[in-house]
Amino acid sequence: MAASPHTLSSRLLTGCAWYLERRAVQEAPHTFMHLFRSINRRWITFQHFTFLKRMYVTQLNRSLNQQVKRKPEPVALPFLEKTSLGQAKAEICEMRPLPPPSLPLSRKPNEKELLELESASIIEGSLDAGKETKDEKHWKEMKLHLDDLPGILARLSKIKLTALVVSTTSAGFALAPGPFDWPCFLLTSLGTGLASCAANSINQFFEVPFDSNMNRTKNRPLVRGQISPLLAVSFATCCAVPGVALLTWGVNPLTGALGVFNIFLYTCCYTPLKRISIANTWVGAVVGAVPPVMGWTAATGSLDAGAFLLGGILYSWQFPHFNALSWGLREDYSRGGYCMMSVTHPALCRRVALRHCLALIGLSTAAPVLDVTTWTFPVISLPINLYITYLGFRFYTDADRKSSRKLFFCSLWHLPLLLLLMLTCKRPPGARGAGAEPQS
Amino acid sequence: ALPCVAAAGGRWMVGFRASRRALLPPLCRAFARPGCPLGPERGAERREAAASRVSGFCPPRKSCRDWIGPPDKHSNLRPIHFYIPESESPLEQKLRQLRQETQEWNQQFWANQNLTFRKEKEEFIHSRLKAKGLELRSGSGQKATLDAEEMADFYKEFLSKNFQKHMYYNRDWYKRNFAITFFMGKVALERVWNKLRPKHKKSST
Repeated sequence: MAASPHTLSSRLLTGCAWYLERRAVQEAPHTFMHLFRSINRRWITFQHFTFLKRMYVTQLNRSLNQQVKRKPEPVALPFLEKTSLGQAKAEICEMRPLPPPSLPLSRKPNEKELLELESASIIEGSLDAGKETKDEKHWKEMKLHLDDLPGILARLSKIKLTALVVSTTSAGFALAPGPFDWPCFLLTSLGTGLASCAANSINQFFEVPFDSNMNRTKNRPLVRGQISPLLAVSFATCCAVPGVALLTWGVNPLTGALGVFNIFLYTCCYTPLKRISIANTWVGAVVGAVPPVMGWTAATGSLDAGAFLLGGILYSWQFPHFNALSWGLREDYSRGGYCMMSVTHPALCRRVALRHCLALIGLSTAAPVLDVTTWTFPVISLPINLYITYLGFRFYTDADRKSSRKLFFCSLWHLPLLLLLMLTCKRPPGARGAGAEPQS
Repeated sequence: ALPCVAAAGGRWMVGFRASRRALLPPLCRAFARPGCPLGPERGAERREAAASRVSGFCPPRKSCRDWIGPPDKHSNLRPIHFYIPESESPLEQKLRQLRQETQEWNQQFWANQNLTFRKEKEEFIHSRLKAKGLELRSGSGQKATLDAEEMADFYKEFLSKNFQKHMYYNRDWYKRNFAITFFMGKVALERVWNKLRPKHKKSST
């Protein structure tokens, strides 16, 4: 770097410049000038100018082109008039020992100005580390580092949510009647996982400016510029194509079709609908319900009552989960332009959440009727179903942040536990017919 | 204290900044490493225009890439400082201009949106507190606020008021996003093609 020999001394002098600036506005100009003379004045002056310029420019940008005229302080004004631009220029010109760069300049700027500003840029360049404002430190080069890529792609594909989706698919597969086929299970899980990654990536691709404005989502990779939109779309395609192919040819076409349908529903229906109508919540609930259905169809190859029951349970669960979550995000949704029940129809929001908590009890009771589980299941799942219904009722009546949070956190453990209980109560093969003896 | 000092030199600063803007391109070029060859006049003008819009930040001389900044205070969007390469093709230029323009358009929309929201929220709080007969600041000096349930009316009203505006914005945003991504794809293909072509020429001669 051209100016590196000056770095240490310039940093010391920068420190001095800052100190002097503080004193400048407190002391009379002549005292300040005296101080200046005690150090290499020419160097500090230019430092000062560049720093002031930077401060002013940063402030100007922050005011967003609104013409903010700050009242100038009389103390400071004489100081700046004293150390005139011309004087500084001349001093800098004689001081800088740097070789003049050979520039193929077709413009003809004022030579003095050019040298002065060259020096400014040299100083800036060498003192960036010392002088940069807090903001400038946060400017990052948009370069993709390969070792960061797995982490970035994991966040892009919402890997945790994908894992939950795959687990509901696995539950659907495991609850389906018939022998448990490991290769098929693994292919289904992998295919669904890839499809979910693709759908989540496209969702983030569409929502960059909205995500930037919400606290929950402002650290996503596309928002932070860690990858380009092109790469996000390419990644989504590279997940969707093998994922769907795996489901269609590795498992069965029905599962593949459901996978494509779900990707389409999530990216092309739910995501745009979020900003148009509250119907997005119902569409989103269907999106959540499809994966266990896919697991079921992967195992059985057909869409029968059990598949719909499982889908129904996931569908109903989405409402207490999402409605409770959205209760605390009303400000962000309103500002960002999202049409959510919690903002536009708050009473409906709470009513629907409670309604579906009750539906969960009903669906759990229907499970043995449809030969998915034994009669033990509705009995042992009643406590947790009653508890979530109770919290749903509290949310309905209290309608405050505390009750919404309680309902939301309950929903997080309620679903895995419910599915686990279903698995333990799965109807054993051979014992068919409604009203069969409960087997513990 | 410092902003006052800065403001005091306001007139001087404007002149300085203008001249800086005019001379930034040569400076950006001046200390570039051979890896980033100096651009012609065309590149200089564009660089100047780009730099003036995102002024206050100039990437290191040796950088050949775009730089992304911290979230803007008003719009929460992160500004990008676009790098203008020496051998920028028309397609690359088109992409960069589209991205630059979309960035400014987005910035304007969201800054305006957020400021309006904040302003209207304050007004709503004022009017509600007044209706309740409460002062804006309680005895202890704490700023009186409304709880979430009272604010809900405001959120609902604000959302419905801005619904149409969001519809237009959404439509335009989707169009721009697709266009930018499409052009990014085209540029990527063009670059790959250009990399392959000289080899092809060499092999043919």
